Amino acid sequence: MQASVIVFPGSNCDRDVAVCLEAATGKKPNMVWHGNSDLPDSDVIVLPGGFSYGDYLRCGSMAANCPIMKEVVLKAQKGTAVLGICNGFQVLTECGLLPGVLMQNADLNFVCRNTRLIVDNNTTPFTGLYQQGEEVVIPVAHNEGNYFADDETLDELSGEGRIVLSYAPEDNPNGACKNIAGICDASGRVLGMMPHPERRAETALGGEDGKRMFTGLVEALS
Amino acid sequence: MKATVKITLKYGVLDPQGKAIEKSLGQLGFSGVNEVRQGKLIELDIDADTPEAAEKQITEMCEKLLANTVIENYDIQLNLAE
Repeated sequence: MQASVIVFPGSNCDRDVAVCLEAATGKKPNMVWHGNSDLPDSDVIVLPGGFSYGDYLRCGSMAANCPIMKEVVLKAQKGTAVLGICNGFQVLTECGLLPGVLMQNADLNFVCRNTRLIVDNNTTPFTGLYQQGEEVVIPVAHNEGNYFADDETLDELSGEGRIVLSYAPEDNPNGACKNIAGICDASGRVLGMMPHPERRAETALGGEDGKRMFTGLVEALS
Repeated sequence: MKATVKITLKYGVLDPQGKAIEKSLGQLGFSGVNEVRQGKLIELDIDADTPEAAEKQITEMCEKLLANTVIENYDIQLNLAE
């Protein structure tokens, strides 16, 4: 399985996620610069965390319009799996692959801590190695993670099982609607999530709850 | 042609920064502040033959990049005096 990681100016979790992907796939992922217009053949494309374009205008808005994203959108529409983590989730909403928007945290503070997450849908290629309803611990680190969408969209997301990950109700770090931590598109192959699985993928980092996302991807896509 | 684009959060969308400003104004002793909403202002200088063409172009800019219409409204003002 071949993975590609898109690198924007200001990405800072690109190399961390590359380490996780290489550990899971046994192959170095392609690191693809934002200004490229060619995307190598990939089974999964990862939009990493960070502060693409310095979070100018709105988080993810500039990245969503850069040359490589046209290719990412085309590939996603043809069924390539896409994982957006943190800033990558913001980019996915800004480019229209996922609905809604990530607003500033309700208490105006940057939040960087472990969160307890519930796996609400384990039928996506990303979550197959988790139990349905399982509680896992994965850290967040963001200032704009407060998921917002209109009521109709929220009903559609919950009705279609597209809320893939949610914060444990008493552990919502940012005020997100319906405690949403991660959602997928209608096909289930585009996932955006605020928590950072790559930051909890080795016991040396405090736990391995995030690792199954990468090993599960390999199982699902190989 | 010069123009300004005012971008504001839609009503019904929580504006935590506006709330924080409102609270600070109260702490400074300003009474009777019923609501504060924060937005942004973008100044543009563009080539356009007519005000209509300018407005059309800026509307497209707002829809594609300047505003996120899920949560934001935009208002375009053309400066025809210059």
